Amino acid sequence: MTDPDAAVLAAIADDLDAGFAELVRTHQRVVLSVALRVGGRDAEDLAAECFLRAYHALRGYDRSRILALRPRSWLLTILLNTWRNTVRAASRRPVVAVAELPERATAGPSVEQQVADAETRGELAALVSTLPENQRVAVVLRHVVDLPVAEIAAVMAAPEGTVKSHISRGLARLREQYAKEVVR
Amino acid sequence: MMAHDETPDQLTAALGGLAAPLSLDLTTRLFGRWTTVPGPVGELFLAYTDVGVSYIRTAASVRGRAEVFREHFHQRFNRPLQHVAAVPAGLFPDAARAQEAPVDLRTLTSFERDVLTATREIPVGQVRPYAWIAKAIGRPKAVRAVGTALGNNPVPVLIPCHRVVRADGHLGQYVFGADVKEDLLRAEESNVDEMRALADARRAVVGHDGVVCYPSCDRIRSVPAASRRAFRTVAQAVQAGYRPCERCGPVA
Repeated sequence: MTDPDAAVLAAIADDLDAGFAELVRTHQRVVLSVALRVGGRDAEDLAAECFLRAYHALRGYDRSRILALRPRSWLLTILLNTWRNTVRAASRRPVVAVAELPERATAGPSVEQQVADAETRGELAALVSTLPENQRVAVVLRHVVDLPVAEIAAVMAAPEGTVKSHISRGLARLREQYAKEVVR
Repeated sequence: MMAHDETPDQLTAALGGLAAPLSLDLTTRLFGRWTTVPGPVGELFLAYTDVGVSYIRTAASVRGRAEVFREHFHQRFNRPLQHVAAVPAGLFPDAARAQEAPVDLRTLTSFERDVLTATREIPVGQVRPYAWIAKAIGRPKAVRAVGTALGNNPVPVLIPCHRVVRADGHLGQYVFGADVKEDLLRAEESNVDEMRALADARRAVVGHDGVVCYPSCDRIRSVPAASRRAFRTVAQAVQAGYRPCERCGPVA
């Protein structure tokens, strides 16, 4: 666990609402990214539901239980459970929902490059959304939000070898189709 | 194959670009904001969301303590709260414009929302019985459920459930107690004493010039007592040749 996590957890233990604001600020991008690329449609609803479930749980935790949390893994586990329970129950498939805006702007790529990147992103997002569930979850956690394999194993409740295999197969499948799209 | 996966390449770099935009912020969606505002009969604790006002308690009902208000809010909404210095303009207007204020009733049932929406139609300074609300929402037999829904009103004062009274003309119960209900009605210049006198005499409606009204209707209030005739029920007034007022819509 990193130091920022310890500070956020201590803040939650001292004042739940103030600390929770920190938790949201610190982890919302990862939660939203996974909601977007694994869940797809209604990603903001899914991410918000995840945080509200986390809040509900925190209200019932005592100090020692709060301080023992690994917040990112914990939030992502809640997110995936929420998604499986609600969204998948409605048998919805992920789509490219949020506008593919070039967000990492300023000093760097030209406007043309950003537009090209955005188009590529849209295509790649569509490809990711077609991956089988385990491969999609593993690839998104590893390469979209950059989690270490050990943490993905914890979130997916699977051995690291299995996680690596999901990532590897997912990437192979993407690489095959991505090459077709890009080298066109 | 494994080694290849862990080496950054065009594909993995592109996957890194699929993260959500940095600009997205869920804080407004997740947190309620709260502050205190001056109300018609003392200070109010008020919470709101990005949709509108979601929770109102009198200072007395939370013993003037923020932590009591927050605890009630948490139990009801299961959502975090942030304190703000002042309520945004238009969110808590005076009684005359309260009907336009945005409210967040998402946690309620559609029946409860219907009841509260109908309640907002009652003019300032007037009252209607529970049965009037039940009829207005097309559920004339659900009088008791209307009372329950009003008791569960998350935004009293702003949605004027204090303007809903018993069929016999007595003021009835209120979420913050009967005294506060009476204070609120007096603060908006309802004819509380007149309504009580009529109720004590077992009269619920008042007729004048061929029209029968609730005693708080603005049509009847300026009419001198000597020119009125009070009835126990709307049906009796109709039998005596009066027609129900189209402004206050007394129900049989």
